[in-house]
Amino acid sequence: MGLEIDREPRVNIQVTDGVLLPEKSQPTLFNSWAIAFTLAVVLLVVLPIVRPDPYWNILVTFPAGILVTFQVTVSAIILATLIGIFVGIGQLSKRTFINRLATVYVEIIRGIPLLVQIFFLYFALGRFLRLQDFPAAVLSMAICYGAYMGEVFRAGIQAIPRGQMEAALSQGLSRGQALRLIILPQTVKIILPAIGNEFIALLKDSSLVSVVALTDLFRQARNYASVTFNYFDAYLMVSLVYLVFTLFLSRLVAFMEEKLKQHD
Amino acid sequence: MTEPLVRIEQARKSFNKVHALRSVNLSIYPGEVLFIIGPSGSGKSTLLRTINRLEMLDSGSVWFDGIDVMDHKTDIRHIREQIGMVFQAFHLYPHLRVLDNITLAPRVVKKVTAEQARLKAQQLLEKIHLPDKIHAWPEQLSGGQKQRVAIARALAMEPRLLLFDEPTSALDPEMVKEVLDVMLDLAREGMTMAVVSHEMGFAKAAAHRVIFMDEGEIVEEGSPDQIFNRPQNPRTEKFLQHVLH
Repeated sequence: MGLEIDREPRVNIQVTDGVLLPEKSQPTLFNSWAIAFTLAVVLLVVLPIVRPDPYWNILVTFPAGILVTFQVTVSAIILATLIGIFVGIGQLSKRTFINRLATVYVEIIRGIPLLVQIFFLYFALGRFLRLQDFPAAVLSMAICYGAYMGEVFRAGIQAIPRGQMEAALSQGLSRGQALRLIILPQTVKIILPAIGNEFIALLKDSSLVSVVALTDLFRQARNYASVTFNYFDAYLMVSLVYLVFTLFLSRLVAFMEEKLKQHD
Repeated sequence: MTEPLVRIEQARKSFNKVHALRSVNLSIYPGEVLFIIGPSGSGKSTLLRTINRLEMLDSGSVWFDGIDVMDHKTDIRHIREQIGMVFQAFHLYPHLRVLDNITLAPRVVKKVTAEQARLKAQQLLEKIHLPDKIHAWPEQLSGGQKQRVAIARALAMEPRLLLFDEPTSALDPEMVKEVLDVMLDLAREGMTMAVVSHEMGFAKAAAHRVIFMDEGEIVEEGSPDQIFNRPQNPRTEKFLQHVLH
Protein backbone atom coordinates (compact mmCIF):
# COMPACT_ATOMS: atom_id res chain seq x y z
CA MET A 1 0.00 0.00 0.00
CA GLY A 2 1.70 3.20 -1.14
CA LEU A 3 1.50 6.26 1.02
CA GLU A 4 2.21 9.88 0.26
CA ILE A 5 3.19 11.46 3.53
CA ASP A 6 4.02 15.12 3.31
CA ARG A 7 6.79 16.70 5.29
CA GLU A 8 4.78 18.72 7.76
CA PRO A 9 5.30 19.80 11.32
CA ARG A 10 3.35 18.02 14.01
CA VAL A 11 0.09 19.90 14.34
CA ASN A 12 -3.02 19.78 16.36
CA ILE A 13 -5.84 18.54 14.17
CA GLN A 14 -9.01 20.55 14.54
CA VAL A 15 -11.82 19.38 12.36
CA THR A 16 -14.71 20.85 14.21
CA ASP A 17 -18.16 21.38 12.99
CA GLY A 18 -20.59 22.87 15.37
CA VAL A 19 -19.26 22.88 18.86
CA LEU A 20 -16.74 25.54 19.74
CA LEU A 21 -14.07 24.17 21.97
CA PRO A 22 -13.36 26.38 24.95
CA GLU A 23 -9.67 26.95 25.48
CA LYS A 24 -7.85 28.33 28.44
CA SER A 25 -6.26 30.98 26.29
CA GLN A 26 -9.72 32.26 25.37
CA PRO A 27 -11.43 33.20 28.61
CA THR A 28 -14.40 34.78 26.82
CA LEU A 29 -15.16 31.49 25.09
CA PHE A 30 -14.94 29.67 28.37
CA ASN A 31 -17.35 32.17 29.86
CA SER A 32 -19.83 31.69 27.05
CA TRP A 33 -19.61 27.96 27.65
CA ALA A 34 -20.21 28.40 31.38
CA ILE A 35 -23.16 30.71 30.82
CA ALA A 36 -24.83 28.42 28.31
CA PHE A 37 -24.24 25.31 30.39
CA THR A 38 -25.48 26.88 33.61
CA LEU A 39 -28.54 28.31 31.89
CA ALA A 40 -29.45 24.94 30.39
CA VAL A 41 -29.00 23.04 33.64
CA VAL A 42 -30.91 25.59 35.70
CA LEU A 43 -33.84 25.63 33.28
CA LEU A 44 -33.88 21.83 33.15
CA VAL A 45 -34.08 21.66 36.95
CA VAL A 46 -36.26 24.64 37.73
CA LEU A 47 -38.93 24.36 35.04
CA PRO A 48 -40.13 20.83 35.98
CA ILE A 49 -40.22 21.85 39.66
CA VAL A 50 -42.12 25.09 39.12
CA ARG A 51 -44.50 23.72 36.51
CA PRO A 52 -44.61 19.90 36.66
CA ASP A 53 -47.30 20.04 33.99
CA PRO A 54 -46.13 20.05 31.27
CA TYR A 55 -42.35 20.10 31.93
CA TRP A 56 -42.03 17.16 34.30
CA ASN A 57 -44.41 15.15 32.15
CA ILE A 58 -42.27 15.86 29.10
CA LEU A 59 -39.03 15.02 30.86
CA VAL A 60 -40.16 11.60 32.09
CA THR A 61 -40.75 10.46 28.51
CA PHE A 62 -37.09 11.11 27.61
CA PRO A 63 -34.90 8.42 29.29
CA ALA A 64 -35.76 5.63 26.83
CA GLY A 65 -35.09 8.03 23.95
CA ILE A 66 -31.79 9.17 25.46
CA LEU A 67 -30.69 5.56 25.68
CA VAL A 68 -31.49 5.00 21.99
CA THR A 69 -29.74 8.23 21.01
CA PHE A 70 -26.55 7.16 22.76
CA GLN A 71 -26.77 3.63 21.41
CA VAL A 72 -27.02 4.96 17.87
CA THR A 73 -24.26 7.51 18.44
CA VAL A 74 -21.78 5.14 20.05
CA SER A 75 -22.38 2.33 17.53
CA ALA A 76 -22.17 4.73 14.59
CA ILE A 77 -18.99 6.45 15.79
CA ILE A 78 -17.23 3.09 16.22
CA LEU A 79 -18.23 1.99 12.74
CA ALA A 80 -17.43 5.39 11.27
CA THR A 81 -13.97 5.31 12.86
CA LEU A 82 -13.26 1.92 11.27
CA ILE A 83 -14.44 3.22 7.90
CA GLY A 84 -12.42 6.40 8.49
CA ILE A 85 -9.15 4.51 9.01
CA PHE A 86 -9.48 2.81 5.63
CA VAL A 87 -10.74 5.93 3.85
CA GLY A 88 -7.94 8.05 5.34
CA ILE A 89 -5.29 5.54 4.29
CA GLY A 90 -7.01 5.11 0.93
CA GLN A 91 -6.92 8.85 0.25
CA LEU A 92 -3.14 8.80 0.74
CA SER A 93 -2.59 5.65 -1.30
CA LYS A 94 -0.44 5.87 -4.40
CA ARG A 95 -2.51 3.11 -5.98
CA THR A 96 -4.84 4.92 -8.31
CA PHE A 97 -7.85 2.65 -7.88
CA ILE A 98 -7.80 2.72 -4.07
CA ASN A 99 -7.07 6.44 -4.05
CA ARG A 100 -9.97 7.26 -6.38
CA LEU A 101 -12.34 4.97 -4.51
CA ALA A 102 -11.63 6.75 -1.23
CA THR A 103 -11.59 10.30 -2.58
CA VAL A 104 -14.74 9.87 -4.68
CA TYR A 105 -16.54 8.43 -1.66
CA VAL A 106 -15.57 11.47 0.38
CA GLU A 107 -16.58 13.87 -2.40
CA ILE A 108 -19.98 12.28 -2.81
CA ILE A 109 -20.77 12.18 0.89
CA ARG A 110 -19.64 15.74 1.49
CA GLY A 111 -21.75 17.02 -1.38
CA ILE A 112 -25.10 15.66 -0.20
CA PRO A 113 -27.01 17.10 2.77
CA LEU A 114 -26.93 14.71 5.69
CA LEU A 115 -30.70 14.53 5.98
CA VAL A 116 -31.01 13.58 2.32
CA GLN A 117 -28.29 10.95 2.69
CA ILE A 118 -29.97 9.46 5.70
CA PHE A 119 -33.30 9.24 3.92
CA PHE A 120 -31.69 7.69 0.87
CA LEU A 121 -29.40 5.26 2.70
CA TYR A 122 -32.04 4.28 5.20
CA PHE A 123 -34.55 3.39 2.51
CA ALA A 124 -31.89 1.84 0.28
CA LEU A 125 -30.58 -0.32 3.13
CA GLY A 126 -34.10 -1.26 4.17
CA ARG A 127 -35.17 -2.10 0.64
CA PHE A 128 -32.16 -4.04 -0.63
CA LEU A 129 -30.65 -5.47 2.53
CA ARG A 130 -33.87 -5.72 4.54
CA LEU A 131 -32.14 -4.33 7.60
CA GLN A 132 -33.97 -3.62 10.81
CA ASP A 133 -34.47 -0.03 11.89
CA PHE A 134 -31.60 0.17 14.36
CA PRO A 135 -28.83 -1.32 12.20
CA ALA A 136 -30.11 0.64 9.21
CA ALA A 137 -29.95 3.87 11.18
CA VAL A 138 -26.49 3.11 12.54
CA LEU A 139 -25.15 2.07 9.16
CA SER A 140 -26.44 5.14 7.37
CA MET A 141 -24.95 7.44 10.00
CA ALA A 142 -21.66 5.50 9.86
CA ILE A 143 -21.43 5.71 6.07
CA CYS A 144 -21.96 9.47 6.25
CA TYR A 145 -19.56 10.05 9.09
CA GLY A 146 -16.99 7.59 7.73
CA ALA A 147 -16.19 10.20 5.09
CA TYR A 148 -15.59 12.88 7.67
CA MET A 149 -13.59 10.49 9.83
CA GLY A 150 -11.55 9.64 6.74
CA GLU A 151 -10.63 13.31 6.45
CA VAL A 152 -9.65 13.33 10.12
CA PHE A 153 -7.43 10.27 9.71
CA ARG A 154 -5.91 11.61 6.49
CA ALA A 155 -4.94 14.86 8.20
CA GLY A 156 -3.70 12.94 11.24
CA ILE A 157 -1.52 10.58 9.21
CA GLN A 158 -0.11 13.51 7.25
CA ALA A 159 0.80 15.24 10.48
CA ILE A 160 3.20 12.42 11.41
CA PRO A 161 6.72 13.33 10.26
CA ARG A 162 7.78 11.49 7.12
CA GLY A 163 10.87 10.22 8.93
CA GLN A 164 8.74 7.85 11.01
CA MET A 165 7.69 5.90 7.92
CA GLU A 166 11.23 5.99 6.55
CA ALA A 167 12.72 4.73 9.82
CA ALA A 168 10.23 1.85 9.89
CA LEU A 169 10.78 0.97 6.22
CA SER A 170 14.56 1.14 6.66
CA GLN A 171 14.27 -1.55 9.31
CA GLY A 172 12.55 -3.90 6.90
CA LEU A 173 8.94 -3.38 7.96
CA SER A 174 6.30 -3.51 5.23
CA ARG A 175 4.21 -0.40 4.64
CA GLY A 176 1.26 -2.13 6.28
CA GLN A 177 3.29 -3.02 9.36
CA ALA A 178 4.71 0.49 9.55
CA LEU A 179 1.21 1.97 9.33
CA ARG A 180 -0.23 -0.34 11.94
CA LEU A 181 2.65 -0.29 14.43
CA ILE A 182 4.27 3.12 13.95
CA ILE A 183 2.03 5.60 12.14
CA LEU A 184 -1.51 4.86 13.31
CA PRO A 185 -0.76 4.67 17.06
CA GLN A 186 0.73 8.17 16.82
CA THR A 187 -2.13 9.35 14.61
CA VAL A 188 -4.81 8.18 17.02
CA LYS A 189 -3.25 10.17 19.80
CA ILE A 190 -3.32 13.46 17.93
CA ILE A 191 -6.77 12.99 16.41
CA LEU A 192 -8.52 11.91 19.61
CA PRO A 193 -9.97 15.41 20.19
CA ALA A 194 -11.12 15.54 16.57
CA ILE A 195 -12.85 12.18 17.03
CA GLY A 196 -14.47 13.62 20.15
CA ASN A 197 -15.81 16.50 18.09
CA GLU A 198 -17.16 14.11 15.47
CA PHE A 199 -18.85 12.22 18.28
CA ILE A 200 -20.59 15.39 19.44
CA ALA A 201 -21.61 16.28 15.90
CA LEU A 202 -22.91 12.75 15.42
CA LEU A 203 -24.86 12.92 18.67
CA LYS A 204 -26.67 15.98 17.37
CA ASP A 205 -27.16 14.60 13.88
CA SER A 206 -28.58 11.37 15.24
CA SER A 207 -31.78 13.38 15.77
CA LEU A 208 -32.19 13.27 11.98
CA VAL A 209 -32.52 9.51 12.14
CA SER A 210 -35.65 9.85 14.21
CA VAL A 211 -37.33 11.34 11.17
CA VAL A 212 -37.20 7.98 9.45
CA ALA A 213 -37.61 5.40 12.14
CA LEU A 214 -36.05 5.32 15.54
CA THR A 215 -37.66 6.38 18.77
CA ASP A 216 -34.71 8.37 19.97
CA LEU A 217 -34.64 11.42 22.19
CA PHE A 218 -36.00 13.75 19.55
CA ARG A 219 -38.75 11.30 18.53
CA GLN A 220 -39.93 11.14 22.13
CA ALA A 221 -40.34 14.89 22.16
CA ARG A 222 -42.19 14.84 18.85
CA ASN A 223 -44.45 12.06 20.11
CA TYR A 224 -45.32 14.06 23.16
CA ALA A 225 -45.99 17.14 21.07
CA SER A 226 -48.14 15.33 18.55
CA VAL A 227 -50.37 14.01 21.34
CA THR A 228 -50.65 17.20 23.41
CA PHE A 229 -50.14 19.76 20.62
CA ASN A 230 -47.73 21.45 23.02
CA TYR A 231 -44.92 21.80 20.51
CA PHE A 232 -43.16 24.75 22.09
CA ASP A 233 -42.59 23.18 25.52
CA ALA A 234 -41.66 19.76 24.16
CA TYR A 235 -39.05 21.19 21.79
CA LEU A 236 -37.78 23.54 24.49
CA MET A 237 -37.11 20.65 26.85
CA VAL A 238 -35.50 18.45 24.20
CA SER A 239 -33.29 21.37 23.13
CA LEU A 240 -32.11 21.82 26.69
CA VAL A 241 -31.29 18.13 27.07
CA TYR A 242 -29.26 18.09 23.84
CA LEU A 243 -27.51 21.27 24.93
CA VAL A 244 -26.48 19.84 28.29
CA PHE A 245 -25.09 16.71 26.63
CA THR A 246 -23.14 18.49 23.90
CA LEU A 247 -21.77 21.20 26.16
CA PHE A 248 -20.70 18.63 28.72
CA LEU A 249 -19.03 16.50 26.05
CA SER A 250 -17.29 19.46 24.44
CA ARG A 251 -15.82 20.30 27.83
CA LEU A 252 -14.65 16.71 28.10
CA VAL A 253 -12.99 16.90 24.69
CA ALA A 254 -11.30 20.17 25.60
CA PHE A 255 -10.02 18.57 28.80
CA MET A 256 -8.73 15.58 26.87
CA GLU A 257 -6.99 17.91 24.41
CA GLU A 258 -5.37 19.77 27.28
CA LYS A 259 -4.10 16.49 28.76
CA LEU A 260 -2.65 15.38 25.44
CA LYS A 261 -0.88 18.72 25.00
CA GLN A 262 0.69 18.42 28.43
CA HIS A 263 2.06 15.01 27.52
CA ASP A 264 3.86 16.36 24.44
CA MET B 1 40.29 -8.03 -4.13
CA THR B 2 37.17 -8.97 -2.19
CA GLU B 3 33.72 -8.48 -3.64
CA PRO B 4 32.14 -5.14 -2.74
CA LEU B 5 29.11 -5.27 -0.41
CA VAL B 6 27.53 -2.35 -2.26
CA ARG B 7 28.09 -1.48 -5.89
CA ILE B 8 26.53 1.63 -7.38
CA GLU B 9 26.79 2.05 -11.15
CA GLN B 10 25.91 5.03 -13.29
CA ALA B 11 23.43 6.29 -10.71
CA ARG B 12 21.31 9.18 -11.93
CA LYS B 13 18.52 10.93 -10.11
CA SER B 14 16.87 14.31 -10.40
CA PHE B 15 14.23 16.11 -8.37
CA ASN B 16 12.15 18.57 -10.39
CA LYS B 17 14.80 18.79 -13.09
CA VAL B 18 17.55 19.47 -10.55
CA HIS B 19 20.24 16.83 -10.83
CA ALA B 20 20.79 15.25 -7.43
CA LEU B 21 23.01 12.50 -8.81
CA ARG B 22 24.72 12.48 -12.19
CA SER B 23 26.38 9.25 -13.10
CA VAL B 24 27.79 8.20 -9.76
CA ASN B 25 29.88 5.03 -9.48
CA LEU B 26 30.80 3.77 -6.04
CA SER B 27 31.65 0.54 -4.26
CA ILE B 28 31.66 -0.12 -0.54
CA TYR B 29 33.71 -3.05 0.68
CA PRO B 30 33.08 -5.26 3.72
CA GLY B 31 34.64 -3.82 6.87
CA GLU B 32 35.15 -0.45 5.25
CA VAL B 33 34.32 2.89 6.86
CA LEU B 34 33.44 5.22 4.00
CA PHE B 35 33.06 8.92 4.56
CA ILE B 36 31.03 11.10 2.21
CA ILE B 37 31.55 14.85 2.43
CA GLY B 38 30.36 17.74 0.32
CA PRO B 39 28.29 20.91 0.40
CA SER B 40 24.56 20.71 1.10
CA GLY B 41 22.64 19.78 -2.02
CA SER B 42 25.62 17.90 -3.42
CA GLY B 43 23.63 14.64 -3.49
CA LYS B 44 25.39 12.82 -0.66
CA SER B 45 22.24 12.07 1.35
CA THR B 46 20.42 11.05 -1.82
CA LEU B 47 23.26 8.69 -2.67
CA LEU B 48 23.09 7.14 0.78
CA ARG B 49 19.30 6.74 0.56
CA THR B 50 19.46 4.90 -2.75
CA ILE B 51 21.39 2.07 -1.10
CA ASN B 52 18.28 0.89 0.81
CA ARG B 53 15.92 2.29 -1.85
CA LEU B 54 14.42 5.06 0.25
CA GLU B 55 15.08 6.88 -3.03
CA MET B 56 14.58 5.29 -6.43
CA LEU B 57 17.09 6.01 -9.19
CA ASP B 58 16.06 7.46 -12.54
CA SER B 59 18.66 5.23 -14.16
CA GLY B 60 21.67 3.20 -13.19
CA SER B 61 21.82 0.43 -10.63
CA VAL B 62 22.57 -0.38 -7.03
CA TRP B 63 23.71 -3.83 -5.99
CA PHE B 64 23.76 -5.05 -2.42
CA ASP B 65 25.58 -8.34 -1.91
CA GLY B 66 25.05 -9.08 -5.60
CA ILE B 67 21.30 -8.36 -5.52
CA ASP B 68 19.77 -5.64 -7.70
CA VAL B 69 18.24 -3.21 -5.18
CA MET B 70 16.27 -1.17 -7.74
CA ASP B 71 14.64 -4.22 -9.34
CA HIS B 72 10.96 -4.29 -8.38
CA LYS B 73 11.07 -8.06 -8.22
CA THR B 74 13.65 -7.86 -5.45
CA ASP B 75 12.32 -8.38 -1.93
CA ILE B 76 13.40 -4.96 -0.72
CA ARG B 77 12.43 -5.72 2.86
CA HIS B 78 14.96 -8.55 2.97
CA ILE B 79 17.66 -6.12 1.86
CA ARG B 80 16.58 -3.36 4.22
CA GLU B 81 16.69 -5.63 7.24
CA GLN B 82 20.39 -6.14 6.54
CA ILE B 83 21.08 -2.39 6.28
CA GLY B 84 20.75 -0.22 9.37
CA MET B 85 20.10 3.47 8.94
CA VAL B 86 20.70 6.33 11.37
CA PHE B 87 19.04 9.64 10.56
CA GLN B 88 19.92 13.23 11.28
CA ALA B 89 16.66 13.76 13.22
CA PHE B 90 16.87 10.35 15.00
CA HIS B 91 13.29 9.33 14.14
CA LEU B 92 12.85 7.27 17.27
CA TYR B 93 9.28 6.01 17.63
CA PRO B 94 7.89 8.52 20.17
CA HIS B 95 4.99 6.30 21.26
CA LEU B 96 7.28 3.45 22.32
CA ARG B 97 9.72 3.15 25.20
CA VAL B 98 13.43 2.72 24.49
CA LEU B 99 13.18 -1.04 24.90
CA ASP B 100 10.34 -1.32 22.38
CA ASN B 101 12.05 1.07 19.97
CA ILE B 102 14.94 -1.38 19.88
CA THR B 103 13.01 -4.65 19.88
CA LEU B 104 10.13 -3.80 17.53
CA ALA B 105 11.81 -4.55 14.21
CA PRO B 106 13.62 -7.73 15.34
CA ARG B 107 10.32 -9.09 16.67
CA VAL B 108 8.17 -8.05 13.73
CA VAL B 109 10.60 -8.56 10.85
CA LYS B 110 12.93 -11.31 12.08
CA LYS B 111 10.38 -13.04 14.35
CA VAL B 112 12.82 -13.03 17.27
CA THR B 113 11.11 -13.93 20.56
CA ALA B 114 10.34 -11.09 22.96
CA GLU B 115 12.76 -12.54 25.51
CA GLN B 116 15.65 -12.83 23.06
CA ALA B 117 14.99 -9.35 21.72
CA ARG B 118 15.00 -7.93 25.23
CA LEU B 119 18.33 -9.57 26.08
CA LYS B 120 19.81 -8.20 22.88
CA ALA B 121 18.45 -4.74 23.68
CA GLN B 122 20.04 -4.86 27.14
CA GLN B 123 23.41 -5.75 25.60
CA LEU B 124 23.10 -2.93 23.10
CA LEU B 125 22.15 -0.41 25.78
CA GLU B 126 25.27 -1.44 27.71
CA LYS B 127 27.27 -0.90 24.57
CA ILE B 128 25.95 2.64 24.08
CA HIS B 129 26.33 3.35 27.81
CA LEU B 130 22.61 3.83 28.50
CA PRO B 131 21.58 0.66 30.38
CA ASP B 132 19.36 2.57 32.82
CA LYS B 133 17.28 4.14 30.04
CA ILE B 134 15.64 0.89 28.97
CA HIS B 135 12.17 1.96 30.17
CA ALA B 136 12.52 5.66 29.31
CA TRP B 137 10.42 7.40 26.68
CA PRO B 138 12.28 9.00 23.78
CA GLU B 139 11.08 12.46 24.85
CA GLN B 140 12.91 12.02 28.16
CA LEU B 141 16.29 11.63 26.42
CA SER B 142 18.77 14.28 25.35
CA GLY B 143 19.66 14.59 21.66
CA GLY B 144 22.86 12.63 22.08
CA GLN B 145 21.06 9.88 24.00
CA LYS B 146 18.35 9.72 21.33
CA GLN B 147 20.91 9.26 18.60
CA ARG B 148 22.70 6.54 20.56
CA VAL B 149 19.40 4.72 21.04
CA ALA B 150 18.76 5.12 17.31
CA ILE B 151 22.12 3.44 16.67
CA ALA B 152 21.17 0.63 19.08
CA ARG B 153 17.86 0.27 17.25
CA ALA B 154 19.71 -0.12 13.97
CA LEU B 155 22.19 -2.59 15.51
CA ALA B 156 19.39 -4.74 16.92
CA MET B 157 18.75 -6.05 13.42
CA GLU B 158 22.40 -7.21 13.25
CA PRO B 159 22.96 -5.35 10.00
CA ARG B 160 25.80 -6.00 7.59
CA LEU B 161 25.98 -2.32 6.70
CA LEU B 162 25.20 0.85 8.63
CA LEU B 163 24.21 4.08 6.88
CA PHE B 164 24.66 7.33 8.81
CA ASP B 165 22.93 10.37 7.35
CA GLU B 166 24.47 13.38 9.10
CA PRO B 167 24.16 11.70 12.52
CA THR B 168 25.55 14.61 14.54
CA SER B 169 24.22 17.62 12.60
CA ALA B 170 21.16 18.06 14.81
CA LEU B 171 23.09 17.79 18.06
CA ASP B 172 24.36 20.41 20.47
CA PRO B 173 28.19 20.51 20.35
CA GLU B 174 28.65 18.92 23.76
CA MET B 175 26.66 15.85 22.68
CA VAL B 176 28.51 15.18 19.45
CA LYS B 177 31.36 13.33 21.13
CA GLU B 178 29.22 10.72 22.88
CA VAL B 179 27.67 9.74 19.53
CA LEU B 180 31.01 9.75 17.70
CA ASP B 181 32.51 7.55 20.44
CA VAL B 182 29.85 4.93 19.84
CA MET B 183 30.44 5.12 16.09
CA LEU B 184 34.19 4.84 16.65
CA ASP B 185 33.65 1.66 18.68
CA LEU B 186 31.63 0.21 15.82
CA ALA B 187 34.30 1.14 13.29
CA ARG B 188 36.96 -0.60 15.40
CA GLU B 189 34.81 -3.72 15.60
CA GLY B 190 34.91 -3.89 11.83
CA MET B 191 31.37 -2.74 11.04
CA THR B 192 30.88 -1.67 7.44
CA MET B 193 29.75 1.94 7.55
CA ALA B 194 28.86 4.67 5.09
CA VAL B 195 28.80 8.03 6.83
CA VAL B 196 27.57 11.36 5.50
CA SER B 197 29.06 13.88 7.89
CA HIS B 198 31.36 16.83 8.26
CA GLU B 199 33.04 15.54 11.41
CA MET B 200 36.58 15.72 10.06
CA GLY B 201 38.14 14.63 13.33
CA PHE B 202 36.11 11.44 13.26
CA ALA B 203 36.91 10.91 9.59
CA LYS B 204 40.63 11.15 10.29
CA ALA B 205 40.34 8.73 13.20
CA ALA B 206 38.08 6.10 11.66
CA ALA B 207 37.55 6.47 7.91
CA HIS B 208 39.34 4.23 5.45
CA ARG B 209 38.24 6.25 2.48
CA VAL B 210 36.74 9.69 1.94
CA ILE B 211 34.77 10.78 -1.08
CA PHE B 212 34.01 14.40 -1.86
CA MET B 213 30.78 15.10 -3.73
CA ASP B 214 29.68 18.29 -5.42
CA GLU B 215 26.68 18.94 -7.67
CA GLY B 216 25.72 15.29 -7.82
CA GLU B 217 29.14 13.98 -8.76
CA ILE B 218 32.02 12.33 -6.96
CA VAL B 219 34.72 14.93 -7.49
CA GLU B 220 37.52 13.26 -5.59
CA GLU B 221 38.19 10.22 -3.50
CA GLY B 222 41.08 8.98 -1.47
CA SER B 223 42.40 8.27 2.01
CA PRO B 224 41.54 10.82 4.74
CA ASP B 225 45.13 11.99 4.61
CA GLN B 226 44.98 12.56 0.85
CA ILE B 227 41.66 14.36 0.87
CA PHE B 228 42.16 16.52 3.92
CA ASN B 229 45.86 17.33 3.59
CA ARG B 230 46.61 17.08 -0.11
CA PRO B 231 43.38 17.58 -2.08
CA GLN B 232 43.99 17.48 -5.83
CA ASN B 233 40.80 19.17 -7.03
CA PRO B 234 40.31 22.91 -6.44
CA ARG B 235 36.61 22.32 -5.58
CA THR B 236 37.64 19.95 -2.79
CA GLU B 237 40.19 22.43 -1.56
CA LYS B 238 37.67 25.27 -1.57
CA PHE B 239 35.07 23.22 0.30
CA LEU B 240 37.55 22.10 2.95
CA GLN B 241 38.63 25.66 3.54
CA HIS B 242 35.00 26.57 4.21
CA VAL B 243 34.39 23.67 6.55
CA LEU B 244 37.63 23.73 8.48
CA HIS B 245 37.57 27.45 9.16
